[in-house]
Order: sequence, then C-alpha cells, then structure tokens
Amino acid sequence: MKKAIFLLLPFAGLLWVPLYNLHDPVLFGFPFFYWYQLAWVPVTSVLIWAAWKSERQS
Amino acid sequence: MNTPTLPDNAAIAVFVLCFLATIVLGSTVRLWRPLLTRRKAATHHTEGEEWGLGGREFGAWVTWFLVGGDFYTAYTVIAVPALVYSTGGFGFFALPYTIIVYPFIFAVMPRLWTIARDGGHATAADIVRARFGSRTLEMAVALSGLIAVLPYIALQLIGIRTVIEALGFTGMLPLLIAFISLAAYTWLGGLHAPALTAFIKDVMIYIAVLAAVIIVPIHLGGYGSMFHAAAQHLPDAPGGHILAQGQIVPYATLALSSAFAAFLYPHTLTGILAAKSADTIRQNAVFLPVYTIVLGLIALLGLMAHAAGIVTTSSSQVVPQLFLAIFPSWFAGFCFAAIAVGALVPASVMAIGAANLIMHNILPSRAESVSGSRIAGFAVKVGALGCVVFLNAKFAIDLQLLGGVIILQTFPALIMGLLPLRLPARALIAGWIIGSVSGLALCWMDGLKPVHPISFAGFSASVSTGLLALGINITATLTLAAIMRLAMGAAPSTLRTQEGARR
Repeated sequence: MKKAIFLLLPFAGLLWVPLYNLHDPVLFGFPFFYWYQLAWVPVTSVLIWAAWKSERQS
Repeated sequence: MNTPTLPDNAAIAVFVLCFLATIVLGSTVRLWRPLLTRRKAATHHTEGEEWGLGGREFGAWVTWFLVGGDFYTAYTVIAVPALVYSTGGFGFFALPYTIIVYPFIFAVMPRLWTIARDGGHATAADIVRARFGSRTLEMAVALSGLIAVLPYIALQLIGIRTVIEALGFTGMLPLLIAFISLAAYTWLGGLHAPALTAFIKDVMIYIAVLAAVIIVPIHLGGYGSMFHAAAQHLPDAPGGHILAQGQIVPYATLALSSAFAAFLYPHTLTGILAAKSADTIRQNAVFLPVYTIVLGLIALLGLMAHAAGIVTTSSSQVVPQLFLAIFPSWFAGFCFAAIAVGALVPASVMAIGAANLIMHNILPSRAESVSGSRIAGFAVKVGALGCVVFLNAKFAIDLQLLGGVIILQTFPALIMGLLPLRLPARALIAGWIIGSVSGLALCWMDGLKPVHPISFAGFSASVSTGLLALGINITATLTLAAIMRLAMGAAPSTLRTQEGARR
C-alpha cells in the first residue's frame, strides 16, 4: 500500500528522536537537530502530494 | 532583570492604526464582500450556516488562510519562543507536531468532511450523534470541545494583552481593549471576518518574522554564532546531543499527542468543515506545511532572544522584548499589531466553533437563529474573559494543557468512528469517562505537568499525559465493546449504526 507508506514516513522520521538528536553535521550554521526537522517540512508536502496522486490513480 | 525597553509614540501609533484597520475590515465584511465575489448572497444556506460555517463554500485559498490562521495562533508566536527560551531544543517539539499533523489530516479529514456535508453537520458532536445515534455521546463530545476551547480563547486574550502591555499600558485597560475588539469583530462578521482578515494577519506575521530572522543574525554575526551564543545560556546536553536523554520520549509523545488533538478542537474543525470540497482539504494538507516553516523560524526567536541578551523572568515577554530591542520602534509597533491580529483571527474562529457547539448540541432543542449563535459566541468570550480575570496567566496555560487532555478523549468517538469497527455508543461513553477522569487525575497528581512518568518492563520514561489517557480510553472502549458483543450476542439495538452515515 504505497499511500500508507507515504503518509507514515513523516511519523517514522520525526518520532524516532535519537535519529536526529545530534549537533553535527552543521548546515549553514544550523545544528543537525534543527535543519533535519525543518527539512521534513517540504519532504512531507511532497509525500502527501504523492499519496494524493496514487490515491487518484487507484 | 534589566529594565525593559519602552516603546515611544511611533510604535503605539502604528499599532493602533494596523489593529483598528483590521477590526474595521473584518467587522464590515458583510458590506464589502459582495463587491469581491460578484455573487448574490447564497440563498440555499440559512443565515446561521452562513455565520457559523461561512456557507460551507471556502475554496483552497480561503481555507488555507483560515485553517493556517486559526491553527497557528498568536499564542504560538508568544508561547513557542517562550518555551524555546526557557528549555532550548525541547521547545522545538512544536515542529514535528505541526508536520505529522498533515498526513493525519490528509488521511482522516476528507472523510469527515464528506460525512458532515452529506448529513448537514456543523460540529464534531453533530457527526458523532448521527454516527452512533446517542444524545449522551453527543453531549460528551460537545462539552469536551467547549471546556477545551475556553482556556484557548483566554490565551488569545492574554496574547493581545501581552503586546498592549509591552506598549507601556498597564492595569485592566489592555485586557478590556482585547475583549471589546474581539467581541465586535466576531459579532458582526461571523466566520467571514476571520476568513478574510486571516490573510492580513499572515502577511503581517510573515513580514515581522522574516525581518527578525534576517536582521537578528546579521546583528549577531550569522546563524552559527547565534546558535553558539544561545547555547551558553541553556542547559547543556552531553555528548553532542541537543536533547537530554530524559527529554527524548516526552519530545516524541508530546508531538504525537498534540498532532492527534490539534484538529479535534472546535475551531480547527470549523475551518476544515467550512471547506468547499474534500479535495480542497487534500490540497491544503499539501500546502499548509508552509506555515510550519514559519513556525520553525518563530521558534528560533527564543534562541535569538538569548543571543541578543534579552533577560526576562516573564517568558511571555520574550518576543515583545526581542522586537523592541532589535527593531525601530515604529516597526516594533507593526509587529505587535501582527501578534494582536494574529490573536483576533483564531479567537474569533474559536468563539464561533464553540457557539456552534452550544447552539447545535448543548441546548436541548436545535436552535437555528443567527442572533442566538451571536449571543452564544459572546457568552463564550465572556467565559474566556472570566478565565483571564479570575485565574492568573500561569493557570490559563495549565488549563490549556488540561484542555488538550480533555479534547483528546473525543478521538475514539470522532476518528475511530470512521473505521469500519462497530463500536457501541455505551462503550465509547464509558471510555470517554474513564479516559477523561484518569487523564485529569494524572495531571492533578503530577502538579499540572504535561508528561507523566511511567515504567514498564524495565523501561521507564515520561509520556505525554494526554496520550496515556487516550490509551486508557481506547483500551477501555475496545474491551467494553468486546464484552458487550459477547454478552448480548448480536443484539441489534446496541450494534446498530445510523444508516447513511457510513459509506
């Protein structure tokens, strides 16, 4: 079920905190902890959009 | 505590101008909206549906502004940086919370919208009554919504009061101004007022936040040195981590429980149900995360305040003090107006959502008059004012925490009711009572903290109390449902579901 995986990925990526509870690597001065979570915002948008598309196809 | 910077008349003038202009625009929405839409007033909607749900015709853009406008409240602008200011990275749990909420909305809300449209429902309690045919369950959901939203409105009033106080006014005047502006705005404009002024709020907030995230790091020599300077003022997490070991589980569970609770509130659900179509909601689930980027930047203001040397014991003054310290006073006035308008929009939707609950679900006979809704909305605001006047601000924040625990207990009836499970109403009612009582008891025992320490099979951590109570609620509901099924066989009266509500 592709749609369910798309929608569950953000939960996995953000609720498993030890995955990103790190200072390094730093990006543009942002510690990893901060930019990793900010990066999930556009990723989540794209995933939801993909789920929407796959829902329409089926 | 150093002496706070005091603003001059320029700040006050800009604030009054922007704030008043928005209130006048919102209150007179009936007069100028027809010019915009070139459409005759809808005749197939009752006046009540027009006031309370905007005629259920908001397209993608209006829904985006409305839902974004009432989900990301002024209290967010004040409280999230305040939490980051006092706890550092932990305050960032608002970010995962406002990300994972969108896949959840995408999966759940279009279905809820379709049921609400087909049945002509305006509130969560309406939907539950139609689905389970139980007046008691309807009352349970309606009362949960009302109790949960009151302290939320109170916090918006506190938000407006905070910026008016930062402008140098003292005593009861700031609160009085906050209340009167909110009351006039909602009374006259209905849901159209916040829907059409939400964009003013957003543009103002965006300008303020973007200015802050560009100007402050320039002052401080870039983001790297900003993070570095802020870290000096915050408790250190060992081993190159940001969160201490004991903060990890609270961080994740608070994010999850907040995400589940967020769209059970009457105001957020009102925004969703006022959408034009199920696809409008799906589209918004894709584009609403843009707000989350802004939220992340707003959260950074808490770290910037440390780096900028703001020292205050009253954490709600962190953002106003930061703005006064780094911006010219006229622009600080503009930012304060942004926060005040940012409180007005959600508080107004909250009052309307609560008024819908009172008129549709709590009063014994279904009343459909718009003046009744207006009076109910006004009564809700008076209740919120009472929360602010008779309880101190600290207690209002605690109440809001309790509100989150309470609203989460409507999750089984509203969201699990969408599943093809046959849950009897009586099991849901029992689960609701057990979940609410145990959640409130845990909060009380822990001294009103949002997390409760548990240990299970050698594993111990602090878990969000709301989530814990929801787990108890769901377990109780499912156990009772199974027992009822076994005990009664397939007695049709308990397992009956309303025709038409299921698709």
